[in-house]
This record gives sequence, C-alpha cells and structure tokens, in this order.
Amino acid sequence: MTQSVVVQVGQCGNQVGCRFWDLALREHAHVNKRGLYDEALSSFFRNVDPRKSDGGACCVGGRIQHLKARAVLIDMEEGVVHRILQGPLREVFDSAQLLTDVSGSGNNWAVGNLTYGSAYMDSIVNKLRKAAEHCDCLQCFFLIHSMGGGTGSGLGTRVLSLLEEEFPDVCRIVTAMYPSAEDDVITSPYNSVLAMKELTEHADCVLPVENQSLVDIVNKISLMSHDAKPGCVLKKESTVTSGQGGVSPTERPFDAMNNIVANLLLNITSSSRFDGSLNMDLNEIAMNLVPFPRLHYLVPSLTPLYTLADVNIPTRRLDQMFSDAFSKEHQLIRADPKHSLYLACALMVRGNVQVSDLRRNIERLRPSLPFVSWNQEGWKTGLCSVPPVGHTHSLLALANNTCVKPTFMELRDRFTKLYKKKAHLHHYLHIDGMEQSTFSEALSSLSALIEEYHHLDATKARLIPDAPRLSIAR
Amino acid sequence: MSVVTVQLGQCGNQVGQELFDVMRSDAPDVHRKTYSAVSRERFFRQTTQGALEARAVLIDMEPKVINHSMSEAAKSGRWRYGETSHFSQKQGSGNNWANGYCVHGPRHRDAVEELVRREVEHCDMLAGFIPIMSVAGGTGSGVGTFVTQCLRDVYPSSFVLNHLTWPYGTGEVIVQNYNSVLTLAHLYQLSDAILVHENDIVHKICSQLLKIKQISFSDINRVIAHQLGGVLQPTLTPVSCGAYSRHPIGELMSALACHPEYKLLSVCTIPQMASSSIAFSTFSWPALLKHLRQMLISNSKMEGGIDWQVCPPPASAGRSRSLSAGSFNTSLANLLILRGKDVYSADTGGFEDPAIYTSWLPPDEALSLWKSPVPFNKYEKSATLVSNSQALLRPLDDMVRKAWNMFASRAYIHQYVKFGISEEDFLDSFTSLEQVISSYSELQ
Repeated sequence: MTQSVVVQVGQCGNQVGCRFWDLALREHAHVNKRGLYDEALSSFFRNVDPRKSDGGACCVGGRIQHLKARAVLIDMEEGVVHRILQGPLREVFDSAQLLTDVSGSGNNWAVGNLTYGSAYMDSIVNKLRKAAEHCDCLQCFFLIHSMGGGTGSGLGTRVLSLLEEEFPDVCRIVTAMYPSAEDDVITSPYNSVLAMKELTEHADCVLPVENQSLVDIVNKISLMSHDAKPGCVLKKESTVTSGQGGVSPTERPFDAMNNIVANLLLNITSSSRFDGSLNMDLNEIAMNLVPFPRLHYLVPSLTPLYTLADVNIPTRRLDQMFSDAFSKEHQLIRADPKHSLYLACALMVRGNVQVSDLRRNIERLRPSLPFVSWNQEGWKTGLCSVPPVGHTHSLLALANNTCVKPTFMELRDRFTKLYKKKAHLHHYLHIDGMEQSTFSEALSSLSALIEEYHHLDATKARLIPDAPRLSIAR
Repeated sequence: MSVVTVQLGQCGNQVGQELFDVMRSDAPDVHRKTYSAVSRERFFRQTTQGALEARAVLIDMEPKVINHSMSEAAKSGRWRYGETSHFSQKQGSGNNWANGYCVHGPRHRDAVEELVRREVEHCDMLAGFIPIMSVAGGTGSGVGTFVTQCLRDVYPSSFVLNHLTWPYGTGEVIVQNYNSVLTLAHLYQLSDAILVHENDIVHKICSQLLKIKQISFSDINRVIAHQLGGVLQPTLTPVSCGAYSRHPIGELMSALACHPEYKLLSVCTIPQMASSSIAFSTFSWPALLKHLRQMLISNSKMEGGIDWQVCPPPASAGRSRSLSAGSFNTSLANLLILRGKDVYSADTGGFEDPAIYTSWLPPDEALSLWKSPVPFNKYEKSATLVSNSQALLRPLDDMVRKAWNMFASRAYIHQYVKFGISEEDFLDSFTSLEQVISSYSELQ
C-alpha cells in the first residue's frame, strides 16, 4: 500500500486541508469497525504510540493508538493554523509538521515565492523529508493552495518546485483554487498567472477548482433542501458539502465549499486505499490522463451531490449519476466540457457498481461527447467497492478537456488589463529577485498553453482520417 | 505431468484464482478417481497436512489483489495458494508497460525466478508454464512480458503457453492499445502459443447466454476460467494410448502451433448457459457439433446470433481473401475437445472438411481430437474448440489501428520514454504486428 503526503499552503489551502482531514477521519471511522490500524488508514495517517521511546511509530496491523496526519501545514500568518491547533483536530497534527510566520504575504506572489521561499527553504525541505521518511512507499504529494493570494500561490508554487527537485519520482498532484472574476483581491490575476507558469512546468497533474462553481453547487443543494417537495427530503449527512459526523461539529462559512474539495481528494485516493474489482492507482491517473506533458489540467466533477432520503429506483439513479457527471452544473470549474474537446476522461466509481453498469453508461454517453480523433475511446475506469459516507455509490469524473481554455483566456485578459496599466506592479518589482521578465515569461507560458489547447480544438470539427499504416513487404 | 501457472497483475491473479476453483470443483473425487487424480496432480500439490495447494506463482506490484485472491482461495476450503508463493511490491506499474518491463521486471527478477524455481522443483515432471495476464495494464503486460522472457531463458526446453485477456474495445485504460501492441509484439517472439480471451466477447456471453443482469468482473472471470478449464482438464488424446494424456501443453502445441508466424489461438465452448437452466436442457452431440462448426466458420464465439449464411467457399473458386471481403473464418488448425456422455459416438466429420482449412495442411493433420468421458463442470456434454484461425484478426487489426493513430500524434509517448522505451521500440512492435496481421489475412 502506498502513502501520500498532503501539503497545505496558505489560508485557503489550510482550510480546505482541515476539512479534508476531518472527512478522512469520518470515512475511515465508518469503514474501519475494529479499531485496527490497517493499510487503508496508513495511506494518510501514521499510528504513533507516545509511550514508546523511539518516536513511537507503530506498524500496520496493531491497534490504533494516536493517529497523526501525513501532512505539512504551511502558512505565513498564524491565525488559520492556530485555529486548527485549538480545534478538535489538534491531536492529528504534530508541531513539527507546521511552519508559520507572523505577517503574511500581503496577497503578493513575489513575497510568498521569493522572500519567504528563500528564507524558509531549508526548513520546508526538512519537514518534507521528515514526512517522506515516515512513509514506507511514498507515492504522491497532494498540494492544496489557492491561486489568487500571496502565500498559497507564491510559497505554494515554490514548494512545488522544491518537491520536484527533492523527490523527482513522486507524483505531484495540485488542487488549485482559482479566483472568480469578482474576486475581492485586486492582484489575484497577477498572482494566478505567475503561479500558473510554475504549475505548468512542475506539476504532474492540476485539478483546478473555481470558487464560483463551488458557490453554485452549495446554493443548489440548499435550494434542494429548503424547497423540498414532500417525499424529496434530503439525507442531511449525505450531501457532498456536509461535514456531519466528522470531528468538527459547527460549520463555518466556506466550510460547505471546502467540503466539496475535500471530497474530491478522498474520492481520488479511494481506489488506492480500498479494495475494488478494477483498481485505479494515483500513478495511473497521471499516466492515462496526460497525453502531452504540459496539458495536465484535469477538470473534476463529483456526483451525486446529495442523496434523497427515500428509496428510489436504483438503476435509474445510477444512470442519472453518470449523466450528471458530464453536465455543466457538476463541474468544479465554470466550463462546459460537453461542447469542447475531450482528450481523455477518467471515471472513478465507488460503491456497489459493476462493470456492466459502467459499460452501459459509457456506451450511452459516448455519442454525445466529442473526443479527439486519436483517442476516440479514451476512457480510464476504476471501480472501488467502498462507497463514501452517506451514499451507496458515487462517481468522480476527471476530464482532460479543452474547456479549460476559456478559463485560462479569461485569466489572461484580467492579467493584461492590469499589466497594461502597470497597476500595482511596483509592489512586486521591489521584491528581491523579482523582475519585469518574470511577468512576461509567465504571460507567454500561459499564452503557449492556450495555443496548445487551441490547436487541439481546431481538430474538433474536422474529420481526421486514419493515419496510413505501415506496409509490409511480402 | 504438472503445469506451473504464473499469475501476473490484477487480471492475471483474479482469473487464475477462478481457474483453480473450477479445476478443483470439477474433479469429483467420488466417481472418477483417475480423472480427478490426474487433474489434481496437474494443477495442485499436496502438503504434508493433506491440504491442496495450487501450483501457482502470484505476482503483482501492489498487494491488494493478491491478498484478496489468496483469501478467496482459502475461503473455499478445498484448496489454497502456497503461503510463500507470492511476490508483491507496494506500488503498481501505473498502467505503463515500460514501467513494468524496464523497471519492475529487472528489479525483481531474482525474487520471481526463485519463486518459479521452487514451484518447478515440486513437480515430478514439468508439462509447461502458463502465464496468465491482461494486456491493457502495466504489470500484467509489462512485467508479464519480462517474466515470460525469464521463463524462456531459464527453461529453454519447456513449453510456454501465454493466456491473455484483451480489454473492452471501448476502453478500460486509455493507453491500453499501446500496452497491448508492445506486449503482443514481444510475446510473439517468446511464447510458444498465445491463447486469447476478449472481455467484449465474454461480456456478451454473460449477458446473452448466462442471462446475468449486473455483470461483474467475477462473472467474466468465471466464464474465462470455465473455458480454460475445458482446455486444460485431463483428456484422452490420440497418442496417449488409452490413458489420460500426460503432456497436455506439448500436445496442444503440436496440434495448433504449426508455424512460428501463426501463434494466436482463440477458444469457444458449447454449451454455455445459466447454471439453473442446465438441469432442464438436453444435449445431443450432432446439435452441439453443428453449432460449434458454424461458430468457427462464421467467427462467432457464442451460440446466440450465429450467422448461418456463412459457408465455406466452393473449392473451385479462386480463393483470394482480404480482411473486408466475406466473413468466412479460415482455420490453420483446430483442436476439438469433447467431454461427457457418449463422446465416442460423436461424429466430428464436419470439422474434417478441407474447405474450412488452408490448403497447406491436410485436414486430418489440421484437426486434432481429444476426448474425456467425464462430464465437465456440470455439463453432461460439452465441447471446447481451440482454434488457430483468423478469428482474432479483426480485433488485432483494430487494436493496431487505434494504437497507430495515437502514435501518429505522439500522445502519451513521453510517459513511456521516461522509463526507457524509445520511439524505435514502438515502431519495431508495430512492424511485427503488421507482419502478423498480414500473415493471417493471407490465410486461404
């Protein structure tokens, strides 16, 4: 069994991360009835017996003593991390896993990446090495941060390039929270574009998530639960936004949205933690979904968002789940994959779903989904037998689709609007190590990426003939 | 004579476990002592405590499936896997053939060879090896190819019969066509014969013949195991002189693997029906054999929806065949295995018709007939046909076409290059398979 380490950077990253650990504990408590520290638990948690003298690490198979998360928490101001340490999750983290400073990055990518990046480089590398050493077989680093701020985007991407240097064989999956157009941080376009260049170059996969989509999903759910028709009552603990049953009882603002992202991470790793008839490991995700090294932005969509309390016709609900995964409302960024070009698509199913259901739905949906000519049957499927808490089955779809192009183009427009006027540029340029060329390089990297997607899009309408085959001399 | 099975990857381990289950539950100790003794000797060995352990080596790069297979076997109570007959690592091959073949294979070569050697030592006489794997993933395909190569190197005079499961055409793994092409091209040089099951076909058998509503991979694997069991369980062959044959794999090779360019074997079994219907059905050899023959020449792998219009072309007509023209399936050689009641009275004349074979082999050499009076796996009468024919030509061609289209755009190639496979290696594999396709197309 492999282990993964979660690295959460910045306010957003830590808040999402916090929800993730809460939900992970809830999921394992649901499944692990005997209190034994099993392989599934060990993928995200260490078992520590504080009474033992040598540091207390316990191996798989024994009883659970103290679970410690395999995580590194980084933030340049103390508020968020301190709140975590005072909350019910304090037992799960070791002070050695934390890195904080006092004054924050002032929403400035350069401060996060260059100033703090250099100052704390050794300390960060040490903490990462420590976390890696605790792992038997480290497979993946999950990096969670926002793109619009200063610490998350700046220091987060610095950590990403450190991970590539120090652990080149370990997969790096980044969950990046992209700012919406109405973001209240004025410099968020700068921070996002500067961070994008790092993500394109150093990450193995990026799961972009947009705040606006999360808000829409949360609203949809609360509409469902308030406008409930008789017989359509929602099971409260089964909504994808619910943290009920977890460790933290009260739900604060943003918690509902962060729960969605936390669920995304749980579902992605479910097949490598639990049994199933068709396993899908994390390294298989990068292998199958990334046809060209830079095009590694995978649009996530989660279904179902909620379960109705009454028992419905199972098969129809199952098929509905598959259809929903491709609809606009369930994507975690604002995009319409059905009308853009699919390069590859992965379906991770959890729960009591068999291969015939999967086949049937793929056959049904395939005609309406445009796939690139050289990957007409580009589906990667995984079946995990353990469903998430509160549901009988669930589906996570990851699509490598050109529908990210409009998102990136919009980002580039917002960037250029500010950059043309050189607004706020001085805040960045007076940071040691930051130059005008950093901006122009980031912009051209983003433009090149958009070009690559555009190129593929152009093949969409054209009928590409089969490539001429090798002919054998007889 | 004993057979050592090597189960590789998730598919290989799951199919292998079902296969041993079929073998064990088929051989009823009470009625047919010789049959069950031969079957037991072939696939199992007895421990000092009297338990039956499968002659198998389980290999996977991650532990979950092996653990599951071993516990399923132990649960049956009738057999189990050897405690130390398995090898696993912590992390899988990531669906990457290059990772399996270039990295995991060589890294664990010694450990795997040791396990195989121990299993071979338990055998009085080794009939051959059967590596079981899929071609779509990373471990089964990549590590499987490497292990087959090791078997060839260490046991050059033993038979190696690879069993491959081909994935659904509409995809289980996006890079499955690359993995398949690389595997098949290499195995063609290493293996004595390649026995293929296609998930699509088996799925249809499950839904249309066995009437299973929600088909799971266990159902699919059980059908594969049933068909494989039909091939591998003891039989009386023309050369075995009235006793059960002691060289099952060798005789299979001499029956079917007549030419190094033609190694692809397909299997079909008749009848296949839901177990609840078996008690209510009657079987007659003429009906079974007539259906089976038509299944062969019209290239349909199951009794439903057979195209009765297809017939062998008249001998006088100029026989030029291309892939698209006509759906007649020419055979190079056939092995017909009959099991159950009244086998000796079954008339297999339909399979000796020279029109269904190529012209190089006279039909009495192209057809081999094995029989066993013991009913197999609850069917009073059953027939299994292992065929070296054009049956796999179309699926192979589709696979190569899709892989080639993807290769033309160089998609995913960087994932393979980083583990040590170059574009040249891809081109070599494509060339070998085009050669195979060409050879089979020209069969007339």
